[in-house]
Amino acid sequence: MANRTVIIKIKRQTSPESKPYWEEFALPWKPGMNVISAMMDIAANPVTRSGKPTRPITYDSNCLEEVCGSCAMRINGRARMACSALIDKLDQPITLEPLSKFPVVRDLAVDRSVLFENLKAVKAWVPVDGTYDLGPGPRQTQRHQEDAYPLSRCISCCCCMEVCPQFNDKTNFVGAATIAQVRLFNTHPTGAALKEDRLHALMGDGGIQECGYAQNCVEVCPKDIPLTDAISEVSGQVMRQAIKDIFTR
Amino acid sequence: MANPNIIVVGGGLAGLSATIKIAEAGGHVDLFSIVPVKRSHSVCAQGGINAAKNLKGEGDTPWQHFDDTIYGGDFLANQPPVKEMCEAAPAIIDLLDRMGVPFNRTPEGLLDFRRFGGTLYHRTAFAGATTGQQLLYALDEQVRRYESEGRVRKHETWEFLSGVIDHTGVCRGICAIDLRSMEVHTFPAEAVIMATGGIGAIFGKSTNSVVCTGSAQSALYQQGAFYANGEFIQVHPTSIPGDDKLRLMSESARGEGGRVWVPRTQGDKRDPKSIPESERWYFLEEWYPKYGNLVPRDVATRAIHKVVYEHNLGIDGQPMVYLDLTHIDRATLDRKLEGILEIYEKFVGDDPRTTPMKIFPGMHYTMGGLWVDFKQATNIPGIFACGECEYGYHGANRLGANSLVSCIFGGFVAGPQALAYARNNAKSGASANGAFDSERKRQEEINSRLMSSDGTENPFKIWRELGEIMTKNVTVIRYNDALAKTDEKIVELLERYQRINLSDKEMWANTSFVFTRQLYNMLQLARVITQGAAMRNESRGAHYKPEFPERDDVNFLKTTKAYFAPDADEPRFEFEPVDTSLIKPRPRKY
Repeated sequence: MANRTVIIKIKRQTSPESKPYWEEFALPWKPGMNVISAMMDIAANPVTRSGKPTRPITYDSNCLEEVCGSCAMRINGRARMACSALIDKLDQPITLEPLSKFPVVRDLAVDRSVLFENLKAVKAWVPVDGTYDLGPGPRQTQRHQEDAYPLSRCISCCCCMEVCPQFNDKTNFVGAATIAQVRLFNTHPTGAALKEDRLHALMGDGGIQECGYAQNCVEVCPKDIPLTDAISEVSGQVMRQAIKDIFTR
Repeated sequence: MANPNIIVVGGGLAGLSATIKIAEAGGHVDLFSIVPVKRSHSVCAQGGINAAKNLKGEGDTPWQHFDDTIYGGDFLANQPPVKEMCEAAPAIIDLLDRMGVPFNRTPEGLLDFRRFGGTLYHRTAFAGATTGQQLLYALDEQVRRYESEGRVRKHETWEFLSGVIDHTGVCRGICAIDLRSMEVHTFPAEAVIMATGGIGAIFGKSTNSVVCTGSAQSALYQQGAFYANGEFIQVHPTSIPGDDKLRLMSESARGEGGRVWVPRTQGDKRDPKSIPESERWYFLEEWYPKYGNLVPRDVATRAIHKVVYEHNLGIDGQPMVYLDLTHIDRATLDRKLEGILEIYEKFVGDDPRTTPMKIFPGMHYTMGGLWVDFKQATNIPGIFACGECEYGYHGANRLGANSLVSCIFGGFVAGPQALAYARNNAKSGASANGAFDSERKRQEEINSRLMSSDGTENPFKIWRELGEIMTKNVTVIRYNDALAKTDEKIVELLERYQRINLSDKEMWANTSFVFTRQLYNMLQLARVITQGAAMRNESRGAHYKPEFPERDDVNFLKTTKAYFAPDADEPRFEFEPVDTSLIKPRPRKY
């Protein structure tokens, strides 16, 4: 096991406008290494495989427990979280690239604020009256909690959007993560008050009808969120709402 | 001012709670966060949130919660605010429930509660084992609602550098850096609320997130804020050792029946499942029959240390013990603990449903923080603080599942208090006498000095050395000679810091530059922690000195208050009596 090295190729880009380039690193292997700890090692000794001094890698990260959603990137071509990408389970050389559907900020860091804007557009919240003491919330069955909880574990990593063929500049598709949140809030007894608003937000340009059922989203989701079920369910809701709209206008 | 502008720094549970209260009451909030607020460290909280709802027929009361918290904190917390928090907790749970937090339910559809450390009651509401994530999301959603109404403006990917303090000593706003353009700007406000979380990075590896450096608290301390009880550092008994961090293994694993043990034979190489009961040592259950595996964290951590380092037991010669869930049925584990089992599975590769987990204590939480009065105000007029970055609620040791409630309660107090201050006292019309310009210039000068520094020291190496010595000497067991050596080492690191070499000099999204700025503040705060520990010649809660094994109420039933002496470039200390007006201190024996 001694003197083992880890070879990593990283696609780098100094600024949003500048041209990307690749750098290769050879790091001493350590037990339990993951992609983030490898980049920490590069920061402590920023030298490429050929011995050229370079700059530490810029990447997003925070919790390193796969719950904050920060460190999504393409690792060996696959969109996933860097913190849970264990070096020992990856084929070498390991390639790291930024997510391709979001503007690059620098190196592996991208701007994913589009998701937060989408969540605003679909009113992904429960409209409570206020924060004062109004007693307990609505009673809910264990079954309801067990249905809601998986949807509520979405970490906004945007992997589902990265791998979706329909998520691109042409369609403006909102993507699976936002639709799953619509399902979550539409099923909440109080959240349902905004159900119509949410469904209307999912009609038209970039709406739910853009989904091509490629099912890449559900395969890549690090939290195993039932995204395709959510899309089917919300599709049905949108359709019923559209029919209702015809008769109430 | 009818609708004042308040700056909230930090978008975790505490910051979002304060933001919601201010927006609801008609104020406007500028919310600053290093990361998009939904990615804040609060997401890492796992096990649950405490409130004496008494839904299990046990006769639990807010007073009992209060007593457990004070006793668990070894009587170092000022009692009146803790009592208020425990009284407010049940309504906080109700509010979160109304906001849509998917708390686990009983068959009747009511909130389910589990047991946690340091109490004999089922007092902890939970959403699987990702309670912090669920709570943060609920508050994040409410803030997004206010944001879409124009009452909150988020400044994400901005980092606080300092307060703007005018010539009368009053805070008039903040100075912050855009983490993309690296530009430094000042922002005026009628009041500022700090909600900047923990300080784990000072210990190198911890259970904390990357942003938990304590840099903001330290910057304010260097500007004149008191920093209280810095020496009280919680080391969580059950973390998963890792190359990049120590991942938390929630206390809820024990709350749901998890048992801690080691093989009785030194160097036992057998598969843990093949080791018969008689050859396993359930040392917590043996030493603490009443609380068993649910003794408070400081007690469990010291017990594991003792077993590993004094009895020389562990797992195959490694400093680790087993945390065993394999006797609990799979369906229960999945329903109540799935999130944390998944973390163990992903990062270690074993399934904890069938294989006992290997765990060891890891730095987890700071009980100490910015000094605040009973209404969350720091000693700098106009600056309030809430959440882990302040010291108010946990005394010498925090009970599990009390952090989430203290964050939300603290935010709920700080928000309205800051608003009231802004409406009554603020002088936004008055001239700040150039305070904004001079603060911005001061920060820009620090930046250009760093950028032009051409020394040989790598900041990440200095950080690793800091983390190693802090973890070795200033966590579970503390000796005065080792503490003195640690402080000397930090001084050496501060000197080396002056010869730093930034390999990255780009003025765009330069994360190592930002980290290097944080590092300086970490070093300054590390001295507060270390010297505070050296001064406190007793053992209390998480602070344990074998040379002074007893609690000493005569000399040390006091809050440590550190302040920065700019001329000497080091901390000075004073001590403040603790308000024990409600519960008389008694010996702490579990």
